Amino acid sequence: MERGTLSTRHLPGAGPSIPASVLRFIASRILQAVPTLFVLITVTFFMLRAVPGGPFSAEKAVTPEVLRNLEAHYGLDKPLFEQYTAYLGSLLRGDLGPSFKYPNRTVNEIIAQKLPVSLEMGAWALLVALVFGLTFGIVASLRPNTALDYIPSAVSMIGICLPTFVLGPLLVLLFAITLGWFNASGWYGPSDRVLPAITLGGVYAAYIARLTRGGMREILSQDFIRTARAKGASEARVILRHALKGGLLPVISFLGPAMAGIISGSFVIETIFQIPGLGREFVNSAFNRDYTLVTGTVILYAVLIIGFNLLVDIVVVWLDPRLRHQH
Amino acid sequence: MSLWQDAWHRLCRNRLALFGGVTLVVLAVACLVGPWLMSTGYQEQNLQLGASPPSAEHWLGTDVLGRDMLARILYGGRISLAVGLCATFVSLTIGIVWGAVAGFFGGKLDAVMMRIVDILYALPFTIFVILLMVFSDAIAKQYNLGATWNLLILFAAIGAVEWLTMARIVRGQIMALRRQEFIEAAFSLGLSRRRIIFRHMLPNILGPVIVYTTLTIPAVMLLEAFLSFLGLGVQPPMSSWGSLIKEGADKMEEYPWLLIFPGTIFSLTLFSLNFLGDGLRDALDVRASKD
Repeated sequence: MERGTLSTRHLPGAGPSIPASVLRFIASRILQAVPTLFVLITVTFFMLRAVPGGPFSAEKAVTPEVLRNLEAHYGLDKPLFEQYTAYLGSLLRGDLGPSFKYPNRTVNEIIAQKLPVSLEMGAWALLVALVFGLTFGIVASLRPNTALDYIPSAVSMIGICLPTFVLGPLLVLLFAITLGWFNASGWYGPSDRVLPAITLGGVYAAYIARLTRGGMREILSQDFIRTARAKGASEARVILRHALKGGLLPVISFLGPAMAGIISGSFVIETIFQIPGLGREFVNSAFNRDYTLVTGTVILYAVLIIGFNLLVDIVVVWLDPRLRHQH
Repeated sequence: MSLWQDAWHRLCRNRLALFGGVTLVVLAVACLVGPWLMSTGYQEQNLQLGASPPSAEHWLGTDVLGRDMLARILYGGRISLAVGLCATFVSLTIGIVWGAVAGFFGGKLDAVMMRIVDILYALPFTIFVILLMVFSDAIAKQYNLGATWNLLILFAAIGAVEWLTMARIVRGQIMALRRQEFIEAAFSLGLSRRRIIFRHMLPNILGPVIVYTTLTIPAVMLLEAFLSFLGLGVQPPMSSWGSLIKEGADKMEEYPWLLIFPGTIFSLTLFSLNFLGDGLRDALDVRASKD
C-alpha cells in the first residue's frame, strides 16, 4: 500500500466523484448481504420450530381441543415446509406475523412500540461513546507520553475490562442507591437516560479512545502533516482539516461492530434498568418461545447490523482514497 | 539466545503483563485447590445466618441462604475458567484447521472458505448463541438431560462463534509462509503435505496463535458471563461468576457485597488476561497479524 497517495485534495465537502470500482464494491456487498439474511432467516425459523414443546405447551389449562384450535389459528398444524414458505411470503410483504404470547397483537406492532425505546437508548450510548472516546483519544494523541495520555489510557483499559453487567449494577449502587442522584430503574424522565447511556457507551468510549489515539498518532507522523505545518497552517487547522479525516478511519470502521455490540448490550442494560425496550422483549420472548416474535426480532437485528456494516464500509472506502484504487 | 528466551525476557520486563500472569496463576490455583481446603462447602446452607457481611468466619460474607461466598466464588471460578479454556480450545481447533487449510491450498477453496468467514462475521452472533442456548435448554428439559449437557452446549456454542478471527490470522500467516524458501525446499524434498503443515508451518505460526488465544479466553469468559447473567448460561445448581454477579445484582440494595466480590474477581481476571495478552503480543513481536 502506498502511503504517499493519501492526498488532502479529496475532502468530503469537495465531493469526489464516485468511481465505478466503488459502485461495483457496493453492489457486491449488497449481493452478499442478501444470501446472508436468507440463511439467517431459514436457520432461525427451523431451529425454533425444532424445539420440543410448542408455544402453548406451558399453559396447562388448555384442553386438547382448544390446543388444536389454537394451532390451527396460527397455522401450526400445517406441514413445516408450508409454514416456512408462508412465512417467507409474508416477510416479503413486510409482515412479521402475529405474536404467539400476546393475543391479538402482531410482531410488527410490538416492534413498533418497543424499538424506539431501544433506539433512543442506543443513540445516547453511541453519543457518550463518541464524545468521550474522541475527546480523550485526540487529546492523548496530541500530548503523547504525558499524564493526558496515560490517565485516559489506563481508564479506557478499565472500561474495556469491566463488563456492562458489572459496571451497570455498580453505578446503580453508587449513584442511585447510595447518593440518590438518579432512579435505580425505569424509563420516564431525562435523568433516567444517564446511567444506561454511560453503562452501555462506556466500553465503546474506551475502544474509540484507543483507536482514535492510534489512528491520529499514525497520521500525525506522516509527511503531508509536516508539509501542512511547514506551509504555516495553524495547529487547529492541521488537526481539524488534515489529520482528523485519516485519523478517524479506524474509528469509523469500528462503528459497525460497535453497533452490533450495543444491540446485544441492550439485552443486559434493559434488564438491569428495567427499560421497556426491544432488547428485554427479545430475551423474554426467547424464554417464552414466542416463535414469531423471536424470529422477527432476530431478522430485524440482522438487517440493522448488516445494513449498518454496509454503510460503514461504504463511508470508509469513500473517505480513504487508497482503498478506492484497490477495489 | 533463542526466540522464546528473548520473548520471555521481554515479557518479564513488562510489569503489567507480569502482574496479569501472576494474578491468573494465583486465581487458578485458588479456584482449583481452595474448595478442598475450606471447611465449608459451597452448597452448605445456614438459613439461621442468612446474608451476612464479611467476617472472620466468612471472609467474603454469606448469601441469603447463608452459603459462604468465598467458597461459592472459588467454585464458580472453576466453572468460569473451565468454560473459558474449553470453549477457547474449541474455537482454536476450528480456527487453526480452517485457516491452515484455506491458506495452504489457496485458490478457489480459499476464496470459498474465506467468503464463508466473511458472511459469518456479518451475522449478529450473540443473538444466535442466545437462540442456541434456548434451543438446548428446551431439549434438556424434554429428555431430562442434566446440567452437564447445558455446559457442553455452552462450550460448543461459544467455541463455534469465536473462531473466525483465529482462522483469518492463521490463513494470513500460512500464506506468507508458503512463499518462503524453506517450505519450497520441504516440497522439493518430497515431504508429505501433512508433514509440511504440522512439522514446518504450524511451529512457525505459534507466536500469533498464542497471543490471540490469550486474548480469546477473556472474550469467551465474557460471553459466558453475559449468557449466565441473562439466565441462559450455566444453570443451577451449578454457578459461575456470571450467575453469581446476576444474583448479586438482584440483591445489591440490601447486600452489596454479593455483587462487589464476584464482580471484582471477574473483572480482575479479565484485566489480567488482557494485560498478559498485550504483553505477549509485544514480547513475541506480533504486529498487524490480521490478514
